[in-house]
Formats: sequence, structure tokens, C-alpha cells
Amino acid sequence: MKRPFETPVGRAARYAYWGLCAGIFAFLVAPVLAIIPLSFNSTAFLSYPLSGVSTRWYADILASGDWLAALRNSLIVAVATTLIATPLGVAAALGLTRLSGVLRASLLGVIAAPIVAPVVVVAIAVYFLYAPLGLTDSYLGLILAHTVLAVPFVVIAVGAALQGFDLSLMRAGASLGAAPHTVYLRVVLPIIGPGVFAGAVFAFMTSFDEIVVTMFLAGPERKTLPLRMFEGVRDQVSPTITAVATLLILTSVVLLSAVELLRRRGEKLNG
Amino acid sequence: MRSATILPYIKNGPPADIRELARAHRGVERRRAGGALLLIAPTLVLLAASFLIPILMMLSRGVSEREVPAAWPRTTEALRAWDGEGLPSSQAFEALAEEIPASREAGTLSAAANRLNYDVAGYRSLVTNTARALPLPAGEPARQGLVRLDARWGEPETWATLKAAAGPLTGFYLLAAVDRRPGAEGIERVPAERAVFVGVFARTFEISAAVTLLCLLLGYPLAYLLASAQPRTANWLMILVLLPFWTSVLVRSTAWAVLLQTNGVINESLQWLNLISEPLRLIYNRTGVLVAMTHVLLPFLVLPLYGVMRGVPADLTRAALSLGATPLQAFARIYLPQTLPGVSAGALLVFVLALGYYVTPALVGGAGDQMISAFIAFYTNQSLNWGMAAALSIVLLAATLALMALYARLSGVRELTGR
Repeated sequence: MKRPFETPVGRAARYAYWGLCAGIFAFLVAPVLAIIPLSFNSTAFLSYPLSGVSTRWYADILASGDWLAALRNSLIVAVATTLIATPLGVAAALGLTRLSGVLRASLLGVIAAPIVAPVVVVAIAVYFLYAPLGLTDSYLGLILAHTVLAVPFVVIAVGAALQGFDLSLMRAGASLGAAPHTVYLRVVLPIIGPGVFAGAVFAFMTSFDEIVVTMFLAGPERKTLPLRMFEGVRDQVSPTITAVATLLILTSVVLLSAVELLRRRGEKLNG
Repeated sequence: MRSATILPYIKNGPPADIRELARAHRGVERRRAGGALLLIAPTLVLLAASFLIPILMMLSRGVSEREVPAAWPRTTEALRAWDGEGLPSSQAFEALAEEIPASREAGTLSAAANRLNYDVAGYRSLVTNTARALPLPAGEPARQGLVRLDARWGEPETWATLKAAAGPLTGFYLLAAVDRRPGAEGIERVPAERAVFVGVFARTFEISAAVTLLCLLLGYPLAYLLASAQPRTANWLMILVLLPFWTSVLVRSTAWAVLLQTNGVINESLQWLNLISEPLRLIYNRTGVLVAMTHVLLPFLVLPLYGVMRGVPADLTRAALSLGATPLQAFARIYLPQTLPGVSAGALLVFVLALGYYVTPALVGGAGDQMISAFIAFYTNQSLNWGMAAALSIVLLAATLALMALYARLSGVRELTGR
């Protein structure tokens, strides 16, 4: 870009501003990226320069029954949460688009409440209720609690996809003789598909990363990966933990990049 | 001509077919809304069962007495009937003398003893020692026997405490949550050495406010850069904001714990650069908490602010500049006011989220940096004082709800949930 009228002071200010922004971007990204190479360090020191490159900490995870059991629990709970939260959220989002005014706003407020509610409050509330019912230290309890936290994200993602959706397409489908469920399957779903996928990914990540509710509900038998990691960090940060952290970072980056790519493609398609 | 067509309507109301049409239309609308509610219902049922009802039930613990009524039901009944003057009836003494050993068998004694001890230190041993000495020898009246075991059973204050703990409703925990207690002359402060919660709430607000301020200082220039860049560049730069946003809070807190350690990356680098000779203490103190929480919450400020800034037309600032304003004036008087909705929305969101933080302070903070959530967890898990945990939750939730109501006012509920 040409800046014909820029004064030297103005240019200096612009460079200073860019430098500041570069620093802030580094603050945002560097901590997440810095932990990844440390997990490949051949010695147990968590600092640079690396003494050598090795995958021994990853081998540690694979060799430890503890970590593998935690990973298994995490996957079971997160997959089940996704399978329940996605259809619930899609249905709720479809319902919300047909409403308007105060009813819609207040229902949306109620559904979104778990996002902003202090998570410790949610955790102990569910714990007080589930403990006498025998739902602590069980998959069912964890899945139910995670689903509540995950559904709002599905509703929001699908709702965003539905915002650009032309309702007359549904009427067109109906006028051409399609039954309501056919309209949903053949007209609505393909259009909001990326939104549904995004919602499912958000639901999975919500459960897969959840820690506070899990801390109260998961007994010794149902420890998830984040919970096991939390206990580890509190005890002492070991290189194995940086390896687990790296795996969690990769999981979120891969899944959410897929969402972002789909979203951008959708934006291009819609012009 | 026109009046001729309207007149019959004025006289007789709309013809039958129009009214029928209107009725049919209302029916369609109602069915439409009904169908919509049917789609939302499963989610609402789940939310009610696993979010709203549990929270209400938990909050009710903060204002109700459970331990003493559960352990000593007949004593409770007798005490609720008592007017609180002097000593209760001998019925109450008899009930208590029978129910203390019974509750010991049932395993409910220690909870009740603990509850009384929250009120007056020393009542736990009063109850447990009495339990050990009971039952009374046959034929001894309960009142005489209990007073013989411990003179405190003959004092009105003991029974007043017991009556207060018999419920059903209580302000005890809520008062305790703000370091107050019911005293002889109304509400009084708890002794200084037991007053913790006002300080913890103040600290929670202090940390949240500091984090919000830091997020504003870092987030405003960043959001401006994103909003003013070419769309292609902005898309790429956005990834740098989204990458940490997508990474879990736990992982990011862990990353900071690794980096800020005494022998961590930051200290080693600063020493290598000869900027410091001794490692700085960056973790398990307020510095660590502020750094990590600002990092975690920054995207929550940048994203809404970016949305608002993108909608601010650039020509107004340009007009101000062409009319002779300095860049600083144009920013302060033209640009900044137009971005204030984004600033207030983002700052409120960050503040509300920060209030409830637990994981990050637990991992990078010291004992003096734990926020209210840590105390709620402590009273639930370790001290098992669920009434106290509930009362603290009531205060935290009330603050959250009030701020969210303000947020909804400022930004509209749609933006609250839209991305």
C-alpha cells in the first residue's frame, strides 16, 4: 500500500504499532507452540535448547495403563456426548428458527446458560444430585453432565448456519410434494451440514477437554485424560504431561481446522 | 366509493370468511410454534434435569438446615415448637438423650456435631462426649442426666444454637459467606481470625478486574489490526487468535506452568540473555495467575470487539482527519466511541468468565491467589460443608447473573449467543 502523505513520525508510530501487535500475537501463540518441541526432548528437562530428540515420552504414554485407561474413558464419554448432543442441538436450533420475539430470546438464553454459568457451581450441583443416585464414577453420569455443557455449542453452530438459510426452500420442497421429513433430510440437512459438523466437533471438544465437572463426578475408575493430566500437573510437571498436552493440542487443531475450512468454503459458496 | 365498501364492515364486523381465514391463520401459527417447541423440548428436558433443577436444589442447601433435622428428628420437632425463652421442655431433653446414641448408630451424628461446631467452637466435643456417655442410667430424668454429663446442656445458649440449627430455613450459611453471623444483638461480624470470605470475594473481583484490564490493553490494538487489515491477511491473522482459543484451558494453563517454572523456558532464556542473574519467581503467585488467565481469556475480548470494529465505517475517521483533527483526536473522539459497544461487551464477558475460574489459579497460582471457586470446591470435597459451598455458590451465581443481565442489555441476547 502506498502512503504518500505519511510523516516520518507517522511511519515510526505505524512500525511501533505493528511491533506491539507482533508481540501480542507471540504472547497468544508462543506458549501453545513452545510446549510441543519440549515433549520431544530426550532428557527430562523442560527447557531449551533440547538435549536431543526422542519419542520416549510418547512411548511412556503407550506403556502406561493409567494414561491409556484415561484416554479410553475420555473417548467413550466424548463420543457418547457427541452422539447425544448433536441431534438434540440440531432439533433445538431448527425449533428456535421457527420462533421469534421474547419466547425465542428467552429460550436461547436458557439454552446458552451453561456456557457462562460458573463451572464449579454446575459441577457441585450435578454432584450433589448424582451422588445419592449412584451416578458418580459412572459413564452415564459423566455423559449426561457433559451433554448439558455441549448442547449450547451445537445450537449456536447450527443456528449460525440456519441464519443464512432461506425458509422458502422448505416451502418449495413441500409444494413439490415432499413430506416434512423428506424436506428436512433432502433440503435442510445438506445446506446446514457444515453447521451440524461444526456443532458435533464443538460437542466432542467440550467433552474431551472438560475438567471441572469431571473432577467431581469421575471417581477413580472413570478418570479422563484431562483429569489425569490435571492431577499430574499439580503433582509435578513431567515430560510425559507435555506429550499428552501436545496430543490434545493436535486433536483440537485438526478437528477445528476442519470446521474452519468448511466454514470458509461455505462463505465462498454463499458469496 | 371507498366509504361504501368499508361501511358494511364497520356495521357488521368483517364477513365470516375473513374471520375464518384469520382463525385458520392463527391456528397455523399456533401449530408452527407448537412444532417448534416440540423440537426444543428434549433439550429443555435435559437442561432441566441436569442443569436447572440440580442448581436450584444445590442452592436450596445454602438456606436450609439439613444435618440436625436428619440426625435428631424428634428433638427438631420439639425445638421448633419451643418459643426460645429459657430452656425447652423436658420433652426436648428426652428426645435428644435418646436420639444422640441412635444417630451415632445411624452415622448421622458427626454431621450434626460439625454443624453445631460451625456456630460455636467446642460443640463438636460436647456432642460426641455426650454420645459416648449415653444412655443415661434407667430412671434418671433426661434433663438432670444431660446437665450432669455437661453443664452446658443446662445453659439457654446451647439450646438456642440447637434450635437455630434445627431449621428448617436458615440465614446462617449466607451470613457466613459474607463473614457475618447471627449474634445476641442482631447480625454481627465473625472474629477477625475466622473472617475469610469477604477477602476471597474481593480477591476474586480484583483478579477478574485486572485480567479484564490486561485483556483490553492487549486486545484493543489486536482487534483493530484484524479489522483494518486486508481480508486475506485478516483471515490468516485470525488463525493466530483462534489457535489458542481452540486449545483447552487445561493445556494452556499447563503450558504456562511449564514456561514459568523456576527452571522453565522464560527464566532460562532471561538468564541466558544476561538480563537477570537469579531466576524470577513467576509461578505460584499473582503474576502467574494474571499472565495465564489473560492468555486464556484474551480471545473472548478480541472476537466480539473485532466484530464491532469491522462494522465501523472508515470514512468518518478520514473525514475528521481531513477537517484538521490530529490522529489522536480522531481516534479518541470519532473511532473509540463507535467501538465502545464491543469494548463493553467483550470486557463484561471476560470479567464474568474470570469470576468463575478454577483450573488456571489452581495450576499456576499460590495459596493466596485462589478464587471463590476453589473455596466452593474445598467445602464440597474436603470439608464436606455442603451448606457453605451452596451459600458461596449463591453469591457467585448472583454476581454472574447480574452481570449477564447487564451484558444482555448492552449487546442484545442474540449477540450473547451468536458467534
